Amino acid sequence: MAEFRMPSLGADMEAGTLVEWRVRPGDTVKRGDIVALVETQKGIIEVELFESGTLQELLVKPGEKVPVGAVLALVRAEGEAVAPSVAAPAQPPAPPSATPPTPAPSVGAPPSARPETGVAPPAPSAHRPRASPAARSAAARLGVDLARVSGTGPGGAISLEDVERAARAEAPPAPPSAPPLPSPEARRAGMRQAIAAAMARSKREIPHYYLDTRIDLERARAWLREQNERLPVAERMLPLVLFLKAVALATRQFPELNGLWEGGAFRPSRAVHLGVVISLRQGGLMVPALHDVTEKPLGTLMRELSDLIQRARRGALRSSELADSTLTVTSLGEPGADRVLGVIFPPQVAIVGFGSVRELPWVVEGRCVPRPLVTASLSADHRVSDGHRGAAFLARVERLLQEPEKL
Amino acid sequence: MNREALKKAVLEALAAVAPELDPDTLRPNEPLREQLDIDSFDFLQFIIGLDQNLSLSIPETDYGRLTTLDALVDYLGEKLGGRPGGK
Repeated sequence: MAEFRMPSLGADMEAGTLVEWRVRPGDTVKRGDIVALVETQKGIIEVELFESGTLQELLVKPGEKVPVGAVLALVRAEGEAVAPSVAAPAQPPAPPSATPPTPAPSVGAPPSARPETGVAPPAPSAHRPRASPAARSAAARLGVDLARVSGTGPGGAISLEDVERAARAEAPPAPPSAPPLPSPEARRAGMRQAIAAAMARSKREIPHYYLDTRIDLERARAWLREQNERLPVAERMLPLVLFLKAVALATRQFPELNGLWEGGAFRPSRAVHLGVVISLRQGGLMVPALHDVTEKPLGTLMRELSDLIQRARRGALRSSELADSTLTVTSLGEPGADRVLGVIFPPQVAIVGFGSVRELPWVVEGRCVPRPLVTASLSADHRVSDGHRGAAFLARVERLLQEPEKL
Repeated sequence: MNREALKKAVLEALAAVAPELDPDTLRPNEPLREQLDIDSFDFLQFIIGLDQNLSLSIPETDYGRLTTLDALVDYLGEKLGGRPGGK
């Protein structure tokens, strides 16, 4: 039986609130299905499943806040036997009693809302219980079977209070209400706290070093312009796509910049999932991942980037997109600033930054000419790499951007 | 399309990327991107919106002319001059 747990959706996340299940017990599910919505400090995230099979049981109700790693549901693999329920274990047999407690339907509650007890309904009572007229009236009104109520009145007679108590005891629990969505102000405050927590942890734990270099984008810009002239407007590419692909390809020679610091050691990642810093219009940012960047052509990356940005801004990111990044890229775009020195998102070990592209004087073959320049920066973790390798990495990024047609 | 219709088309495309846009407070002669905090991606989406609304593909080389609301309307009027209106 696989356990589906509350995922960690960032270094800052300690707990999440289940907002909604999108599956029910018995549903066939497969890896990658979106099965729940979870509210985090950064907003509502679509949580994907990492196991295929049949959903056995939901263990957390909407509205419940649970820590990262808590089991949310159980998934039965194909061919696996049905396991006994965890959340509602079989009750031991009740001792014989003249008035065993039995659920009674509450007024107005549809039959389907009743909890399934697995217990056969009681046989009609053989005799008329002693009860006051008020108790009988209340029992009829509340749907309480008097045969199942213990009387506390004289001689065991059932009183109005007995009926009301029985009705309260047997009423099904109120369905969990969806958690109230935080106000925009509360969400912004939560996001700021989350960003602050992650960045404070980063600065506390990671010995950063910083490097930057200027890159002439004349060739890259001309090539991109030429491509975009041929493409429909909706498929035009931004310089950011070239930056992302160049960074991803450069990590092949610098694996110490692509991976995670976990358990006191660095684990390089074969795949390059680039976290992309996306600013939100209402303030704050998200850093979802573009998966397998080295493997995809630029057009595909642009489409995926466009989709990612739009979903980030409307609050529809998926859990895998927030948990998978192996290296982050931040780009200030236009308008912006000349350079950005990023703070590493733990447990990653590096972040690459690109400032705004500026038309500036540049010396080419002994002549000073205007060129579109961008300042690329690297913030990296000294536990894993050093400045010499970091500088070589930036030089590699620069070389790759001089041959955009090969990206 | 007359100037008012072009302005309306521009504002519609802008509102798609900057939903908080208030046309009454937009200063027509000041940089649009600064007023609306439009980044490179938003700007591309805006250009795509104009393409869809007006059936006009604006080349990248002309982006530099599209700085203010008035400049945009002027540019579109020039490009669409004498042409039947867009969608």
